[in-house]
Amino acid sequence: MNGETDITGADGVPDPVTADLRLSVNGVPRPVTVDTRETLLDTLREHLGLTGAKKGCDHGQCGACTVLVDGRRALSCLTLTVTADDVEIVTVEGLADGDALHPLQAAFIENDALQCGYCTPGQLCSAAGALAEAADGWPSAVTPDLSAPPRLDETEIRERMSGNLCRCGAYPGIVAAVGQVAR
Amino acid sequence: MTMDFLRPATWAEALEAKAERPGAVPVQGGTDVMVELNFDVRRPDALLDLNRVAALGEWSAEEDGRLRVGAGVTYARLIAELGDRLPGLAQAARTVGSPQIRNRGTVGGNLGAASPAGDGHPPLLAAGAEIEVESAARGVRMIPAEEFYLGVKRSALEPDELIRAFWTRPAGGPQYFSKVGTRNAMVIAVCSFALALHPAERRAGTGIGSAAPTPRRAVAAEEFLAAELDWDTGRLDPGLPRRFGELAAGAASPIDDVRGTAAYRRHAVAVLARRTLTWAWHDLWAAGPHEGPHDGPRGRVRRPGGPVAPGDPGDPEKPRREAG
Ligand SMILES: Cc1cc2nc3c(=O)[nH]c(=O)nc-3n(C[C@H](O)[C@H](O)[C@H](O)COP(=O)(O)OP(=O)(O)OC[C@H]3O[C@@H](n4cnc5c(N)ncnc54)[C@H](O)[C@@H]3O)c2cc1C
Ligand code: FES
Ligand code: FES
Repeated sequence: MNGETDITGADGVPDPVTADLRLSVNGVPRPVTVDTRETLLDTLREHLGLTGAKKGCDHGQCGACTVLVDGRRALSCLTLTVTADDVEIVTVEGLADGDALHPLQAAFIENDALQCGYCTPGQLCSAAGALAEAADGWPSAVTPDLSAPPRLDETEIRERMSGNLCRCGAYPGIVAAVGQVAR
Repeated sequence: MTMDFLRPATWAEALEAKAERPGAVPVQGGTDVMVELNFDVRRPDALLDLNRVAALGEWSAEEDGRLRVGAGVTYARLIAELGDRLPGLAQAARTVGSPQIRNRGTVGGNLGAASPAGDGHPPLLAAGAEIEVESAARGVRMIPAEEFYLGVKRSALEPDELIRAFWTRPAGGPQYFSKVGTRNAMVIAVCSFALALHPAERRAGTGIGSAAPTPRRAVAAEEFLAAELDWDTGRLDPGLPRRFGELAAGAASPIDDVRGTAAYRRHAVAVLARRTLTWAWHDLWAAGPHEGPHDGPRGRVRRPGGPVAPGDPGDPEKPRREAG
């Protein structure tokens, strides 16, 4: 874990420093051995078979890799897996309750909030995080009255979802879907 | 290429680790460090994860009346928990990156990166904040924000030191932060300006971002305000904000780059300075001159709706909200 692993392979080339971790993903313990440089996004996709989170840019600009970490939205491409062994991770695969869609998932379908669907897992996790933030009274850059609980109108939703890009331009549907669940 | 991963559980352990391996790169929110790793800009032989050091995520009101805010307090928490006491910094925080970035990114990381475009710096300068840094060998140093920034992405932090916190007084008057960028989310500021009025001392503090190799104060502009503002009646000579803007622009030494030309940046600094002064002064006297200065409302965000057009008169008579 602390890089004490043997770092020289048989061929004299240094092997990556690895760490044995037990992650908690979607409520399930997931033991995994990772390179210490690996991002949570790569671990989810390459080691855990959870391909919902997408790699749109790998540097924090598109939001396609958004997951929930201890209930707050975070970018899995900017999270080192080794730092995530003591938190609860929820990916888009963990939003539904068995066969029952998460209200946001149902609202996305109802409001045509996607076209190609590439950005959708990130949009859904981000929206879930945004609703939780608003419920906790967090203001945004467009909240007019900082002393009252934020009201999620279109301007607020657009601002609060501004970390998630959609190449297909499904924004009107996304805003409508989030708004529907917020009410 | 291997990379060790150090995970101290306490501040003392973190300082020891940094002393033993000065080349280890600290990681707090990772929103700067991870971009560099993912793009191979940086290949450190060790990372020093500070997320387990609980003390870094705490803030407190200290005996001297100042707030001590741990380097690991995220922008999201700063906005939610300290927005009323540090309105200028909270306004800046609300424009950083995206909600996801604000949930992880910290002022400590902004200081560690010491980018001239970092949004945390102008409000720290305007408020007269101090940065608390520490090493195992030499203990604590308190560095005034204006002495912290040494060059493009260079700070006064020594290789064996870590940033512990920043110290600043809760706002004693209106504070504003304004930045020019192409859109709100995820814009690196083309330039930015922070103003803090300190009515009890009859002076103002300033900070300019992205318009010089380092964030810096506009000292001549501050001296001009201290001398010329009418703190007794609140009357604002219409020429005063303009002169203030010119002096602020004079403190900038911008460069031409893909985000804007030097001339545009200097012009934009003047406009931002003028606007923030007009807003702050209006807030201070909103109750009417007979009532005297009072504290401004909790931080509101104002920012130009878009790039500032050359020749833009740009001085709203009254503060107004500008939709992004
Ligand atoms: C998409 C995107 C958008 C962004 N938009 C903005 C923006 O609008 N405005 C802005 O200002 N920034 C922006 N940033 C940059 C970044 O989010 C900020 O600089 C943030 O404040 C960094 O904080 P962090 O905790 O994530 O830092 P980290 O990435 O963890 O660290 C940043 C630097 O500080 C050092 N460091 C961290 N903690 C300490 C410590 N305690 N002691 C010593 N050194 C330390 C690290 O070694 C590193 O060099 C953006 C980044 C991304 C990816
Ligand atoms: S892949 Fe993480 S933000 Fe784009
Ligand atoms: S639906 Fe295609 S990118 Fe958003």
